[in-house]
Parts: sequence; structure tokens; C-alpha cells
Amino acid sequence: MTDDLLDGLSDPARAAGWADAPPRVGFFTDTSVCIGCKACEVACKEWNAVPDDGFDLLGTSYDNTGGLSANSWRHVAFVEQPALPPVDPVSAPVDALAAAAEATPDFRWLMMSDVCKHCTHAGCLDVCPTGALFRTEFSTVVVQEDICNGCGYCIPACPYGVIDQRAGDGRAWKCTMCYDRLGDGLSPACATACPTESIQFGELSRLREKAERRVATLREQGVSRAHLYGADPDDGVGGDGAFFLLLDDPEVYGLPPDPVVGTRDLPAMWKRAGLAALAMAAAAVVSFAGGRR
Amino acid sequence: MVPAADFRSYYGRPVVKPPVWKRDIPAYLFTGGLAAGSALLAAGAQFTGRPALRRTGRVSALGALAASTYFLINDLGRPERFHHMLRVAKPTSPMSTGTWILAGFGATAGPAALAEVAPLLPERGPLGLLRRALPPLGATAGIGAAALAPALATYTAVLLSDTATPSWRAAYPHLPVVFAGSALASGAGAGLIGTPVAQAGPARRMAVCGAALELYGAHQVESQGLLGEPYRQGRAGRLLRAGRALTAAGLAGAVLGRHSRVASALSGASLLAASVLTRFGIFEGGVASAKDPKYTVVPQRERLARRQAAADGS
Ligand code: SF4
Ligand code: SF4
Repeated sequence: MTDDLLDGLSDPARAAGWADAPPRVGFFTDTSVCIGCKACEVACKEWNAVPDDGFDLLGTSYDNTGGLSANSWRHVAFVEQPALPPVDPVSAPVDALAAAAEATPDFRWLMMSDVCKHCTHAGCLDVCPTGALFRTEFSTVVVQEDICNGCGYCIPACPYGVIDQRAGDGRAWKCTMCYDRLGDGLSPACATACPTESIQFGELSRLREKAERRVATLREQGVSRAHLYGADPDDGVGGDGAFFLLLDDPEVYGLPPDPVVGTRDLPAMWKRAGLAALAMAAAAVVSFAGGRR
Repeated sequence: MVPAADFRSYYGRPVVKPPVWKRDIPAYLFTGGLAAGSALLAAGAQFTGRPALRRTGRVSALGALAASTYFLINDLGRPERFHHMLRVAKPTSPMSTGTWILAGFGATAGPAALAEVAPLLPERGPLGLLRRALPPLGATAGIGAAALAPALATYTAVLLSDTATPSWRAAYPHLPVVFAGSALASGAGAGLIGTPVAQAGPARRMAVCGAALELYGAHQVESQGLLGEPYRQGRAGRLLRAGRALTAAGLAGAVLGRHSRVASALSGASLLAASVLTRFGIFEGGVASAKDPKYTVVPQRERLARRQAAADGS
């Protein structure tokens, strides 16, 4: 089972036992066109009847949501940057450097709508001991609320800090990619509401091609830092079902720069535990073999 | 020395979510280990004819098992659904694996402890039959419990490491050593408290082995550069240092106080307390590492840089 998980599945739904699964779907969130309107946050709350998070003023630019949580399944991050951080002079082509210097005034604003990544190798799903988390026929990752017993294991297991326990409810909650809407042939609420097509929904393979073209265009225009995040099936989680076009390092948006699902190391972990268990048994034998007293 | 970490983050907010587990979980790490250590002690006593030590081991294994079950259920967000754990057996989930190990342990350690009531039963009648049937049953069950004990004591290390919690994940080679040692030391501690000195020799030797493993493992965990830092600082650091001091005291008492029942019992109590502190320290260290984005971002950046360097070099 672990071996299956390690070989970069192209079709997680089929691997999870869906015989005639539709093609894998996902989100491509292009942050370069996000205007920070938060229509996605609102649409998600409305459609999924997600309870409110309380009214907080966080003092973090226009972001008063803070991050993804049990009650926030889309989160728009706002980063105000006084000036473009220096372009890496080694990797960036010279003309891009010049273009960046020209195109950037003394301020830029990064906005990004974050969401559950619906990982190919999902840590949350792997560790869930009740089977509440499951892989849908669309290759998304969903919690069954009638099964979850609130053990909480999925929460530290997610390399992106997405899934969370809902206070007063006890169970774990996160984005379902609008499983109910997908079943009816509709797009998720956030993608439908997004006015700039920053959130695009569709067949994952097509979205990946589209995203490659968009990065190429942006780079031609001198945005040398534009890059895709989570689009690579060879990364530590086997690629994300929801991936992003970013304009700065992932950690600037609160994303891990190199996430790796715990399951990758699980065989090595059990091996070390096995050795320790053997040492423990040996210690017990030695304790009793050591004499009459 | 750890170099000053230079990194960027989103308003200093954590990247990964710290675990939502309450104190029940570190408490369970302790009671689960105590149950395992006690079961091993009881099995050894059973083979070498030390009835008082056997009784202590079996009874404390059952008591620790009952406490474990309570802690695990109490920590759930929906305790009434605890049996949903038994819907599946999932090899990718150490918690699922652990649930089955614990269930098996309960099914063996329970009857083993029950068998200890045999001498209290009347010699005649149907209960007399039970009086004769229980000891062999208890012996078989005791062997089963001892066989599962090392797994019970160490799977919890895998459970913590198989997360995105930076200092737990990184410590995966060493956490099982700490937990195995802590389980042995606490089981031996219970043995030293509940057994006359004449039968407590093996508990003493087990205390020495356990304490040595616990100290060595904890040292390794704390020495892991940047990701060892959360174990050296703040609450986690204080807990682990106090644990180390009590382990050392318990170790000394177990060896030097071997002719005194009181000294033995005190050293046993010291070892038990040390195990509690160590478990809470390891737990808190992980939580602290998840709350500070530094521990997620910096090691991942270094990994990326190494990969980049390797790609450039080849
Ligand atoms: S991002 Fe986290 S919660 Fe979403 S599928 Fe991946 S591991 Fe699960
Ligand atoms: S909290 Fe619920 S969804 Fe998360 S691992 Fe536990 S049972 Fe599964």
C-alpha cells in the first residue's frame, strides 16, 4: 500500500478503487490576477453553510481571516511589499532584471486565495484511523462528517496546515471542492464566484497545461519570479489537485516551500520503531537472565 | 550552535497546524508505556517464579491500560464515536495500527490480571474450578501481552513522527528509543514500588536498561540542530531537564537502595515521574515547533538548496 503511495499516482481515484472514475479535477489559482475581493471566501461560506469565525481585526493588511481553518475553507492572503525584493541575479536573465526594475514602482501587493490542496498523496487521508477522510471519484479528498470521531490526527498530518477541528463540534472540517456541486456537474462555488478567473476549475491535466502557458507569458512580460507551486507530480506530495501560480516564494504566502507527506518516511519510521522494540524485548530478557536477585 | 535562522513567512503565522490534542495524549504516551513495561516485567516474573513481581506487573499493566483507554476516548472530539476506530485497519495510519495493537493488548493483559484473583477464590465448587483454570489461562494471556508490549510502547513514536510537526518528524530515528526506554523504566518503577526487595532484582536491572535508553534517546532528540531547539527551550526544555534529573535519581536509587524497600519504592516513584515529564516534554517540543514557522520553512529551504546544489553539481 505504501509502495502504491510512493510512485507518483497519476490517477488517485482509480487507485482508491473507483473503477470508472471521471478525469481528475482541480483548481488552478492564478494569483497574478487576484484582486483580493474575497468573493471566494464568501461564496464558500454561503454554499457550504460554514459557520462564521467571529469578527477579528488582525492588523495583517486586508486579511482578517488569518488562515485556513475548520471555518475558513478559502483564505485570501494579502502581502504588502514596499519594493520588489531583489531578483536573484544568478538565475534571472539580465533583460528580466531590467524589466522588473522598470515595471515595479516602490510598492506591490500580493493577493492569493488559498485552499486545501487535495494532494495526490494526502497526509490527512493516509493517517485518518476511521476512514472518515476518503478519496472521491473526482480524486479530491473529503471528510465524511458522519464518520469522523474527532481524533485530530489529520490536523498535524497535513503538510500545509489546512484541516482543523471545529470548536464546539469536535470534528475535522475542510474544503470538499464542493463535492455536492461536482456530483451535479457544477463548478465549485469559489471558482464560480471569482470575478477575475483567478480561481479556475477543471480537468487537472488541462489546468496544468494552461498554467504552464500562463507562466511563460508572464515571464516574457518580465515577471521573472512567476512560478507554479504544487503542479509538479514529482514533489513531496505527488502534486496538488489545487495548485497555484505565485509571484514570490511560497513561504511569503504562508505555504511550505518543500512539503513532504509523512507517509513517505513511514517505512523508515517503522523500521526504527522495530529496532527499538527489539532492544526493549532484549532489555527485558537481560533483566531476568541477570541473576537470582 | 544553531546559526541564526534567516527566513520569510506570512506575518509570522505558523505554516502547519499544531496538534489539537489535549493533555490526554501525552498522558496516554505515559500510561501506554507503563502498561507495556509492566507486562514485560510480569511475563519475566511468571517464567522465573516471582509471584509478587508477577502480580505487581499484571495489575499495573491492567490499571495503566484502563487509564490509557480513558485518555484516548476522552481526547476525541466525538467520544461517543470511539468505536469508529474499529471500522477499518489502515496500514498507512499509525493510529489505526495502534488501535489494533492496543485492542490485542487489552484482550491479553486483561485476563492475565484477572488470573491474579485465583488465590482468593474458594477451593471447592464451581469457583474452585475457576481457581484452578485461571492460572494457566493467565500465563498464556501474560505471554501474549508481553509479545505485544514492545509494539505498544514504540508505535506511539511513529504516530507522532508521521505528521508535519517539524520536531517530531525529524526525531523519528530517536523517538522510539526514548519511548521504549521510558516504558521499561516506568514499568520497572511500578515493580520497585509494589514488590519486596527479595523479588525486585529484575525490576532493578530493567530500570537501569530503561533509564539508559531513555537518557540516550532524549539526548539524541535534543541534539538535532535547529529541530532539536524546541526540546531545549521553554516549557519542553524544562520538562525534559526535570525528567532527566528524576531518571538519574531513580537510577541511582534503584542501584544503591537495593536492600531497602523504602529506597526502592522512592526510586520507583522517581522513575515513574521522570517518564511522565519526558512524555510531556517530547509532546510540548513538537507543539512548539509547529507554532513557529521557522521550524517548517528553514529546514525545507535547506533541503531545497541541497537538492539544487546536487542538481547543479551533476
Ligand atoms: S492539503 Fe492537507 S487537508 Fe488538503 S488534502 Fe492535502 S493533506 Fe489533506
Ligand atoms: S479527526 Fe476525523 S477526519 Fe481527522 S483523522 Fe480523525 S477521524 Fe479522520
